[in-house]
Amino acid sequence: MSKMINIALPKGRLGEKVYNLLENIGYGCPAVLENSRKLVFEDEKNGVRYFWVKPSDVAIYVETGVADVGVVGKDILLEQNPDVYELLDLGFGKCRMAVAGKKGEILPLDKTIKVATKFPTIAKKYFASKSREIDIIKLNGSIELAPILGMSDVIVDIVETGSTLKENDLEVFEEIVNISARFIANKTSFRFKTEEIELMKSKLEKEI
Amino acid sequence: MPENTVLSFEEKVSMKLTQLFASFGYKKFKMSKFEEYDLYIENKSFLKSENIIAFNDPTGKLLALKPDVTLSIAKNTADNETEPRKLFYSENVYRVSGNMHEFKEINQIGLELIGDIDTYSLCEVLNIAKLSLKEISENYVLDISHMGLLIGLLESSGLSYEVREEISGYIGTKNSHEIRRVCRENGVDETLCQKLTTLASLYGSIDKIIPEAEKLIVNETTADAVNELKTVCSVLKASGNAENINIDFSVVSDISYYNGITFRGFIEKVPGSILSGGRYDNLLTKLGKNSGAVGFAVYMDLLSYLNKDNDRFDADILLVYDKNTPAQEVFKVANDLRTKGNRVFVSSAVCKNIKYKKMITMGFVKGEG
Repeated sequence: MSKMINIALPKGRLGEKVYNLLENIGYGCPAVLENSRKLVFEDEKNGVRYFWVKPSDVAIYVETGVADVGVVGKDILLEQNPDVYELLDLGFGKCRMAVAGKKGEILPLDKTIKVATKFPTIAKKYFASKSREIDIIKLNGSIELAPILGMSDVIVDIVETGSTLKENDLEVFEEIVNISARFIANKTSFRFKTEEIELMKSKLEKEI
Repeated sequence: MPENTVLSFEEKVSMKLTQLFASFGYKKFKMSKFEEYDLYIENKSFLKSENIIAFNDPTGKLLALKPDVTLSIAKNTADNETEPRKLFYSENVYRVSGNMHEFKEINQIGLELIGDIDTYSLCEVLNIAKLSLKEISENYVLDISHMGLLIGLLESSGLSYEVREEISGYIGTKNSHEIRRVCRENGVDETLCQKLTTLASLYGSIDKIIPEAEKLIVNETTADAVNELKTVCSVLKASGNAENINIDFSVVSDISYYNGITFRGFIEKVPGSILSGGRYDNLLTKLGKNSGAVGFAVYMDLLSYLNKDNDRFDADILLVYDKNTPAQEVFKVANDLRTKGNRVFVSSAVCKNIKYKKMITMGFVKGEG
């Protein structure tokens, strides 16, 4: 008998898309999409248990093995650097991590750059690779406000279509890395549920 | 007294591992808490974490709280190729671990075999590693890899050091898509790229993986690696010690120190590897020695994930006496209970902060206790 797989899904649009994909390839659990406050859903027949968690927590759930597998944005993986296997690039949820600032300006060369961001690790690593000194201003949302109000020189953030930047009169200065949704697995689970996880991986691979 | 009720799970495992190592003739190595800071700085990439607690001794010399034991053993072991040194240790090391980025004291138990490393020595250490895992839990897996395959494939790529490091990082996380991206960006040819992604994703039993690994041979280094892996696996199989052993090339260690067989041990429900080891001749070369070396460490702090101690009792019997009971009577009853093998906690009040199996009261008038 195959073992139950625990799957951590990020709450929100991305998670719903992932669930639909998994349902199509035989991992359905109809209760998941019901509008309820429940956080754990189980389907014994298909051998799956789903958890809805905050997107930035998916990697932690998988790293600690509470979830065997999960789907998470590459931005979270780069920021948290969890000890997990990154088995697949699902190819959706695509966006870019970029340095952006006020339109018409350039990245200051002659001083320490003030960087507002939700992703301090990514920002530090990127500017360190350019040998630039920066001051990090860690924000949790509305990052675009920082350069507008003069709190920072630039921001490091996710850019999807660029329309939010445009509306706020900002533009991308430099691109750091391409982001998309990744299928990750716990290192211990991979060993004890090898067949189940490899089967899920190969089924997902065919879909994307 | 039944010892299993007194010792914690970690203490029990620690005892069993020590006995296991001793049964193979390994001798205990007790090291001092401090080591010269320079040793760690010179071998920074050998260590799992770069953070070290350093301080000055009374003469002003810079010392460190040891983050690792292997380096000290390797440094202090006489270089003698004809006579193997077999040592084990149980020490606390100080490392930054987990997501909190704080220093932690971690109990680490491990063993090292230093000398001329031949097929027998490799198999002995692998076998002890496997038996160590088995002492912890029946649900274990020992994954074996050989660094020579990765090193050989990267050699043939002609890539720069940085890119090689990047690729071995992706091998370690079984990340085929990023390997393909890096290969594309650096103009690596399709066949080699294919081999690297295969290396990352191969996983399974000895019989399943060895034939696949043979297809990855591109040069002498890779051929030697596959041959050594084959020899070791066939010895383990022939001696009936191959169950729960898998081959996994994503088990990578730092290329500049580890050069041959590497391995990791996993226990169900414990996230990440609880046992980690391999052949590290390169470290000895760096320390100016001719011997080879192989060893492993068990990270005892991870045992807490097994929650074995949750149902442990502090005492078998809680003996509660009334204040009017003469002390000598309480003494006598408690001693009698102890002679029968019970752990007895004596108190004049019912204690809420200890876990006990049974409560016995003394001297209370009926209805009062």
